[in-house]
Amino acid sequence: MYDFEFVKPSTIAEATKALTAEGAQALSGGQTLVPTMKQRLAAPGVLVCLTGIAETKGVCKGDGGLHVGAATPHAVVAREAASHYPALAALAGGIGDPAVRNRGTLGGSIANNDPAACYPSAVLGSGATVVTNKRKIAADDYFQGMFTTALEEGEFITEVAFPIPEKAAYVKFNQPASRFALTAVFVAKYADGVRVAVTGASNDGVFRWSEAEEALSKDFSAAALAGLSVDHSDFISDLHGTPAYRGNLVKVLTARAVAAA
Amino acid sequence: MTKVTMVVNGKTVSAETEGRTLLSAYLREGLGLTGTHVGCDTSQCGACVVHVDGKPVKSCSVFAQDVAGSQVRTIEGMANADGSLGVVQQAFQDHHGLQCGFCTPGMVMSSAALLAENPKPTESEVRHYLEGNICRCTGYHNIVKAVLAASGQDVASVPAE
Ligand SMILES: Cc1cc2nc3c(=O)[nH]c(=O)nc-3n(C[C@H](O)[C@H](O)[C@H](O)COP(=O)(O)OP(=O)(O)OC[C@H]3O[C@@H](n4cnc5c(N)ncnc54)[C@H](O)[C@@H]3O)c2cc1C
Ligand code: FES
Ligand code: FES
Repeated sequence: MYDFEFVKPSTIAEATKALTAEGAQALSGGQTLVPTMKQRLAAPGVLVCLTGIAETKGVCKGDGGLHVGAATPHAVVAREAASHYPALAALAGGIGDPAVRNRGTLGGSIANNDPAACYPSAVLGSGATVVTNKRKIAADDYFQGMFTTALEEGEFITEVAFPIPEKAAYVKFNQPASRFALTAVFVAKYADGVRVAVTGASNDGVFRWSEAEEALSKDFSAAALAGLSVDHSDFISDLHGTPAYRGNLVKVLTARAVAAA
Repeated sequence: MTKVTMVVNGKTVSAETEGRTLLSAYLREGLGLTGTHVGCDTSQCGACVVHVDGKPVKSCSVFAQDVAGSQVRTIEGMANADGSLGVVQQAFQDHHGLQCGFCTPGMVMSSAALLAENPKPTESEVRHYLEGNICRCTGYHNIVKAVLAASGQDVASVPAE
């Protein structure tokens, strides 16, 4: 890994300034970025550590639902969101392993937008709002394809506001070696309709399965999915599963999530 | 170079670091505490697990400067005050929970963290908690047995290999 200057600001304003430096990059839990830097796939000149900013940490209920600070580790979300939004807490508690959950953060996960990551499905499936140091971005506009988001140069996530659903569940089919999702589905039922977000399946990253949303909004039961199938023409194909296999998993996992919600 | 101070196994220590100095390198090269092993160096195997402020983390994926001022505990801090093996270490020895010993420091640190959170885990809770710790030798059965024994549970009926 190439050397860099490490800075750890304690306010959003300081971090915003630090990220304007030439070659600066944000660091949160480092669970993705540190291995990437070791492979020299990233070589920032300045690493701006975002986990020392108190106002971007923690879980609290407020206007617009459950506010989760971007720098909150998965283990804290698993514990502190449990009574407010159990499906979100369960998702966080199922990421990686205990050591990864003590370091990895919500902000780092959705900034990275790995096509097999868990959190993007909760953010999209809840119709959450991604709050940055510059603006608020609706989940539907935020995710823009695998490893791609609406974030601009110098912009970093400070929190995510999750509207709390009537019912929800996340069902993940584990890829046992990486512990990421081979495919996973987040289903959330709100007063104005159902949202279904799929991760680990498409080459385009997390997406909403709109046919299932329509069917489930009329009838929130696994039976409502019977005649549906998801278009798998642009699904991920790897050692672990063909596009058709992932397509079938999407349907099976959606039905399981509806039953579990 | 930046001097980083932290409390390691109860003692205040410091060493010079670069930005890129990992906590694993700080411990091993800066302080000479080579009990913490680096296996994969890609955050996958758990050999490098230490406790930072009481919580298990993979020291190969944490920068030393990020955890300046923290309380760190490593395998060297697991023995009893008189130098005899701590309860988790002793259970690994008694139940043949190691062969080559490479994964063992991380296994012991993760197991100790589990027992601090959950003093009487079930077998499946032990297996689940140790998901991020990979062992190439033992086949895991005896590790799980050792952790259950360290928690004071009867392991006579747990199958061994
Ligand atoms: C063994 C292992 C298993 C894992 N299993 C899973 C799993 O099952 N499911 C899952 O979803 N993930 C999994 N992960 C990934 C884990 O959740 C990471 O924590 C996460 O992807 C990145 O979060 P981080 O806080 O570590 O971010 P970092 O690694 O610090 O940063 C990741 C990227 O985001 C940028 N960034 C960081 N914070 C911000 C911010 N606030 N605003 C803007 N940009 C930012 C960084 O510049 C970098 O590009 C696993 C990781 C490991 C090592
Ligand atoms: S050496 Fe750190 S996880 Fe393998
Ligand atoms: S005892 Fe050899 S790797 Fe675990």
